[in-house]
Parts: sequence; structure tokens; C-alpha cells
Amino acid sequence: MLAILESLPKAIEFGLLFAFLSLGVYITFRILDFPDLTVDGSFTTGGAIAAVMITHGYSPWLSTVAAFGGGCAAGAVTGLLHTKGRINGLLSGILMMIALYSINLRIMGVPNVSLLGEPTIFSSGVSPMLISAVGAVVVKLLIDLFFRTDLGLSLRATGDNARMIRSFGVNTDNSKMLGISLSNGLVAISGALFAQYGGFADNSQGIGMIVIGLASVIIGEAIFGTRTIFWATLAAVFGAVFYWIVYTVALESEWLRLEASDMKMITALIVIVALVIPTAQRALKQRSVARRRSAELAGMAADTEHGGGR
Amino acid sequence: MLELRHVSKLFFAGTADEKIALAKINLSLKPGDFVTVIGSNGAGKSTLMNVISGVLTPDAGEVLIDGAAVHLLPEYRRSRWIGRVFQDPMAGTAPHMTIEENLAMAYKRGKPRGLQLGVTRAKRAFFQEQLARLNLGLHTRLRAKVGQLSGGERQALSLLMATFTEPQILLLDEHTAALDPSRAELVTRLTESIVREMKLTTLMVTHNMEQAIRLGNRLIMMDKGRIILDIDESRKKDLTVEQLLREFERISGHKMADDRVVFG
Ligand SMILES: Nc1ncnc2c1ncn2[C@@H]1O[C@H](COP(=O)(O)OP(=O)(O)OP(=O)(O)O)[C@@H](O)[C@H]1O
Ligand SMILES: [Mg+2]
Repeated sequence: MLAILESLPKAIEFGLLFAFLSLGVYITFRILDFPDLTVDGSFTTGGAIAAVMITHGYSPWLSTVAAFGGGCAAGAVTGLLHTKGRINGLLSGILMMIALYSINLRIMGVPNVSLLGEPTIFSSGVSPMLISAVGAVVVKLLIDLFFRTDLGLSLRATGDNARMIRSFGVNTDNSKMLGISLSNGLVAISGALFAQYGGFADNSQGIGMIVIGLASVIIGEAIFGTRTIFWATLAAVFGAVFYWIVYTVALESEWLRLEASDMKMITALIVIVALVIPTAQRALKQRSVARRRSAELAGMAADTEHGGGR
Repeated sequence: MLELRHVSKLFFAGTADEKIALAKINLSLKPGDFVTVIGSNGAGKSTLMNVISGVLTPDAGEVLIDGAAVHLLPEYRRSRWIGRVFQDPMAGTAPHMTIEENLAMAYKRGKPRGLQLGVTRAKRAFFQEQLARLNLGLHTRLRAKVGQLSGGERQALSLLMATFTEPQILLLDEHTAALDPSRAELVTRLTESIVREMKLTTLMVTHNMEQAIRLGNRLIMMDKGRIILDIDESRKKDLTVEQLLREFERISGHKMADDRVVFG
């Protein structure tokens, strides 16, 4: 129990690092309705760009911004494959993810770049939790604002009713590319922060990130709902934090006997359950409505028979 | 205003399933014309609309708006001139966005979209004023999600969104066909008043014969990808549904086959 409490601050810090990933996944998965698997690659791209630039003496902040740019570029290519190349959405993401595996190795030169002794955005003395919390909130608010602009509205409509927004003059190919690009930029920020926080960038750091992002978005939605963009992005940020709290509690609790290596499966299970529940709920509700209605109809038929007898 | 020259459209060209959806259509609309379009199932009415709006590219011929050829432009670039309402009430609005957000998107029809705020105070006042014209109480529900509206309300909103920026051309493809009779009547009335007030050049496909005769200043009848009858205002005035059907049979050589036809 004590161990769990002691590890909570760490879990929250982790969660805030991953809030950008969660916001990114929210944009593709919920706004654009596009399940984007580029994430596993672009997360690593973010870490790779930041690590290489920092070891070459660039400012950690500039390196993080460059990581965002790198993620955007990766996302733009996925978007191109899907819209102009007319490749299935899932496949576009997978192709880009695989290609990024090689590209990330090229960026780093070696499979693992250490940041030990290098300055990072967390080495200024300010608590990492504060830095990532402020960063996450600022980015969340910027995203909220963006989705209220003319351009942002057209992006949301592209996911909601593409035919309608095309009839009002929006090139939906472009808005998809913009959204996927922005999303992967945010994911890469998480990758850059994660590398700086952990002190190294590794070519396999991104594996499973898409599922963690999805789990965060879904957990957040379950808690906060999605009435407006404001709440939905808040849900994405806190969903990431809750995910890592759940993760830590599950890992630290003695009676569960889970290993770190089990957590990918646990995460996948969370996503599966969260995806299945709404469908099952709908089916159950449908059935109960049908049952009630047929009982009512049977009742009405019985009534008329009685009426006829009197 | 709108002109079609020898426009043809084939589906499955060169295969056994080849369908001639449009066969060398010529059509010219003057500014302010309100043309109703009737014809049996598969006559090519929707294809005609799609070729004008850019959903489909014609296989031959030209589409001109204000004298400029537009038939090679993609759909999103033609929206500068064209407002549209679809048959499906769900098709013309974004359900998970609010009424005011939907209107804000429609307000920017065919214009570049940047980082200005979509819904501003000034625009909100304008939207309220516009919504009030529908007489459906929607002006008090600016922040309601459009998905919560009924089919009739959504279609009325779609109509407003397609027209309040005064497009050069308005295309209506059976936009009342999916509504129950009273809602259809309401949307028809709104259409009539909006088109008249803004003097919009309009092409309206309908299955309601009586409506086709009563509305607009010109009626065209399509069959097998051709315009087989073109009736101007003076002749349309004292036309009856029976005359119209008899005329159709005489020219086309078969009865009007239409699963949704309403005689009036
Ligand atoms: N996308 C398409 N692919 C293949 N064939 C099509 C397509 N759209 C239309 N057609 C065919 O073209 C012909 C004209 O269709 P269209 O939809 O224009 O008819 P319509 O007059 O609108 O009919 P309705 O009254 O049923 O709406 C039909 O034979 C139809 O099967
Ligand atoms: Mg049709």
C-alpha cells in the first residue's frame, strides 16, 4: 500500500508526459474518425529527434519543437498515402509506422541514444510535474481554441459529415492530412518529453503507444464525458493521468502479481472492454425496448378481446 | 447563368452493365429561373444534379456557370456558386456539432477558412435572425447539437444553410421526399418563400406532380437520360397532373414508373 502511495506522483508525472499522445490520438480517433497507427512510429521519431539534437548541443526546448515538426511530417505522409494514394486508413498507418522504424534508426544512427548528463527541459530545477502540467494545459486550451476557428470547424465536420462539408467548399483530403499531421506532431512531443524524462531515446520506445493513447482517451471519456470539445480534450489529458495511475496500482499491488511485460495485454484489454461495452449496452437496450413494446402490444390485443366479450 | 452543353454521363462504360445516365443533355437557365424536374426512377435526375455540383465529372460536354466552364473543377471548388440540399435529412448537416457551428461553416461556403473564430457575437446575432425566419423555434437553440433535431428541423436547417449566403445556383434533389407529409409541406413552403425572396436560380427534383406544376416558372421532364419535355411558365399555369402524365406516356411510349410518385 505504501509502495503504491509513494509511486503515485511518478504515475501522475508519467500521465502528464503522455497527455500530448492522448490529445493526438483524440484528434485522429474521435475528431477525424481515423484509426491512425502511425503513432507507434512517430512517438519514437519525437524521442529520436529530441535526443539527437540535444546531444548535438541544441536547446532542449528547440529540440522538442523540432520533434513536433518531425511528427507532423510523418503524419502528413500517412495522410497523403490515405487521401491521394487511396490506401486503406489502417494500412496507411501501418506502412508509415514500419517505414518510420528505419527512418528513426537513421535519425539516431544507433538504436539507443543516452541523454545522461545532457541538459533537458526537466533539468532546470523546476519540477517535471509542473512543466508537463502547464504544457499539457496550454496545448489543451490551444486545441480547444483551434477547433472553434473556421479551419478547426471544417476539420471536425470532415470527421462528422464529410459529404456535407465538401458541399460547402472544403477539400476534405486536405483537412484529413492537416488533422493527422497535427495529431502525430503532438504524439512526437510526448515521445520527446518521454526521452528527456527517462534519459534516453530508444528505437523501440514507441511500441504499443497507439493502444496506450486509445486507452487514455477512452478512460477519460468514461469519467468526463464528451459534451463539448473542452470536456473531450480535458478527458484526454486526465485520461492519460488516470491510465498511468491504474497502471501503477496494478503493477505495484502484490496480490495481482503482474509484471511490467504484462501491461501491454492489460492495456489492450482495457481498450477492448471499452469498445465492446457501448455496443453491448446498445444491443441490450434495444432488446429490452423491443420486449416492452411487444408486451404492450400483446396487452392491447388482450384488452380488445375482453372489450369484445362484454 | 447555368448552361449544360451536350452533357453525357455513362456508368460501367464498355461493359455489359453499361448505363447511359445522361445522353447529350442541353439545358440553359436564366438568372432567377426556378425549374422543377420530374421523371421516372433512373431517368438521370440525380446524375444531372451531381454533374452540375461536381460530385460526378461528365464524360462529354460542358457545364458553364456565368459563362465559365466548371465541369473539370472538383466538387469543393464549385461550392462557391452552388448551394445544395440532399434527399437524406442527415446528409446536409454535421450531427455532433451545434446549430451555430453548422451555420458558421455554411456561412463560409466557398471561401478560404483560416484561424478566425467560427462563431462570433456578430455572426450569432445574424444566425438568430436567419433561424427565426424558419418559425421552428430553432433561434433559441443555437447551442443544441444538430443530431438532436427532428428530420424536418434538420432539413429546414439544411435549406437555410444552403441558401442564406445567396448562392448563384440552388440544387434541390427530392429534399422533401424523406419527410412525413406535414413536414414535407413545411419545407416546401420554406423553399418557395426563400427562393422567391432571394431570386435564386433553382433546379428542384421532385416526385410530387402537383408541386412540380405549382412551383417555379419552368418544368422539365426526364426519361432515360434525356430531357423529353420542357414546359415554360405560360403553358405550365393551366397544366393538370393528368395532362402531364398523358404527355409523358405519349412522348416516352411507356407509363411513368416511379415508386415514390405523388400525384398531388
Ligand atoms: N454511382 C453510380 N454508379 C452506377 N450507376 C449509377 C450511379 N448513379 C446512378 N447510376 C445509374 O444511372 C441511372 C440514372 O440514375 P439517377 O440516380 O440519376 O436517376 P434518378 O432520376 O435520380 O432516379 P430516382 O428517381 O430513382 O432518384 C440509373 O440507371 C442508375 O442506376
Ligand atoms: Mg435521384
